[in-house]
Amino acid sequence: MDDLSTGSESDYSNSWISWFLSTKGNEYFAEVDEDYILDRFNLTGLNGEVVQEYSRALNLITDNLDEDSLDDDVREAVETSARFLYGLIHARYIVTSRGLSKMLEKYRKADFGRCPRVYCYQQPLLPVGLSDIPYQKAVKLYCPRCEDIYSPKSNRHGSIDGAYFGTTFPHMLFMVYPQMIPGKGQPVGSSSVADVNRSLANQQKSENNSGGGQNSLGSISTSSVANKAERYEPRIFGFKVNEDAKLSRWRTARRNAQISRLENLEREQGQTNL
Amino acid sequence: MASSAPPVEMDPDELEEEAFDSSSQASSTATSTLTWINWYTSLPGHDYFCDVHEDFIEDDFNLTGLQAMVPFFKEALEMVLDVEPEEDSNKIPDVSIVESSAELLYGLVHQRFILTKVGLSCMVEKYEAGHFGACPRVFCHATPVLPCGRADMPGIDTVKLYCPNCGDIYTPPSSKYASVDGAFFGTTFSPLFFQQYPELLSAPFFATGPAAAQSSSRTTPVDSSAPVGGGTFTNPNPHGGQKAALGRVYVPRIYGFKVSERARSGPRMKWLRERPERFDDLDKVDWKSRFIVEGQNTEGDDELMASIGKQSGQGKGKLFDDEDDIVEDDDESEEEEENAPTTIAVPS
Repeated sequence: MDDLSTGSESDYSNSWISWFLSTKGNEYFAEVDEDYILDRFNLTGLNGEVVQEYSRALNLITDNLDEDSLDDDVREAVETSARFLYGLIHARYIVTSRGLSKMLEKYRKADFGRCPRVYCYQQPLLPVGLSDIPYQKAVKLYCPRCEDIYSPKSNRHGSIDGAYFGTTFPHMLFMVYPQMIPGKGQPVGSSSVADVNRSLANQQKSENNSGGGQNSLGSISTSSVANKAERYEPRIFGFKVNEDAKLSRWRTARRNAQISRLENLEREQGQTNL
Repeated sequence: MASSAPPVEMDPDELEEEAFDSSSQASSTATSTLTWINWYTSLPGHDYFCDVHEDFIEDDFNLTGLQAMVPFFKEALEMVLDVEPEEDSNKIPDVSIVESSAELLYGLVHQRFILTKVGLSCMVEKYEAGHFGACPRVFCHATPVLPCGRADMPGIDTVKLYCPNCGDIYTPPSSKYASVDGAFFGTTFSPLFFQQYPELLSAPFFATGPAAAQSSSRTTPVDSSAPVGGGTFTNPNPHGGQKAALGRVYVPRIYGFKVSERARSGPRMKWLRERPERFDDLDKVDWKSRFIVEGQNTEGDDELMASIGKQSGQGKGKLFDDEDDIVEDDDESEEEEENAPTTIAVPS
């Protein structure tokens, strides 16, 4: 069983999971460890009521199903259920520590695409659901730089169920890997895959300079990162547009209010710790 | 400059033939034949361009200053207008050079043309037909976008797309637009367009429904699918006339709980998409982007925060009241959960 997850060549083509992952349109999915699926505890609540043909689907995922003994209709139903079941297990798996590290790897490679927002400078995205219940909403992409969500470019990805990733995943990832939080401004150098790491270094530098309070984790503060964020400013023959400028000033005021709120809080915490 | 010109994807022979074809027929003034402009705007990746009227190009006044910017200006102009080149055309080393000049000339004329009344009305037709695509942002609900440039000089940046709802700019989804220069649309076009057609722009404020405002006036609106320009929406700005904004903002959640802003990975960019609840709130910020505190001129942090607490009615001034926060959090998550299935429509 372990051979499969380590990806030994001979088993690779036979495994249902690797076949599923290699299918076009399934690029967002990470490989769920076989032992994770085999642990019944992780499947709590997933049963015949939720997933049709539950046991056959589970057997198919774990490559224990004798497919030849089934007629075409049944096989198709089992296949559909297996995809569905894999998606639901996937949503649980990717918020575990192993799952997070696998998804982090995919994020580093920008497997989920890049933010279309111009001032996000090709920031890699992360998949997110808007609901944890299946058949509600399609998967969306979360940009950690502008902290907004976007629809996937391609229809193939746009039709994946958001529940296969869940509402929690990207936020959990940055809770666990706070050092992966990108800076908000323009990354140094050209835009490349290495941006993720480079912008991080940049952020750390700037944070240390700004003298933000250090919290108990010995890590850097993120309270004033938003100062670096860039915005589009509409101009007509070089002149700002009244209402757009007003709204932009209002937003700046909101941003500054949050920053001073957080910095006050840090100061308070710093004092109590002393 | 040379590198800025959109690369020609067809081979020179074909282009020559094409140019020859069109120029040989254009002298007969019949518009049914394929003109250079028609041909150029129908190329893949050129669907953001509108057809510049020939009379606009023929008016020398409209070309002021372009002679210095476009190499082989005269030949390029002839090509764009499908005028039979004069006999001394053998001066030109290669037709593909003139071709790229013609493209540059057309782009720069296009930038000027789309600012005219006729040009704007050409572009609004394309806009309403959805030729420019839709905003990729989920809570903009596929608002149509408009091409815009970040510079007025060619060779600086490619074309971007401006969303009138979130007021942000995006990279076109397809790489075929990566060769279109932003200067061919210019910085002025999209803001001017929405001054001309304010009803296509979203209002700069977003009121949560009256019911929501009573229970807990939150900045995260509940009713995102409020009909666009619905019966209840009235714009208090007499000069505005914009439609109701799609003002919903994404709220990160872990297992249903909002991520606190106190967390290192907590939300830092909510302000980027937020709008004030009322139109008047826009005036409560001074020119230095500070909230105006009534009767006081000093802006200490505390006053600032107090004013914000008042503004949003969120009780955000109560920084250190944990219990209150938690209770509020709970309430809100429930509310949103109930509303979630009906309010967010996902295009299948």
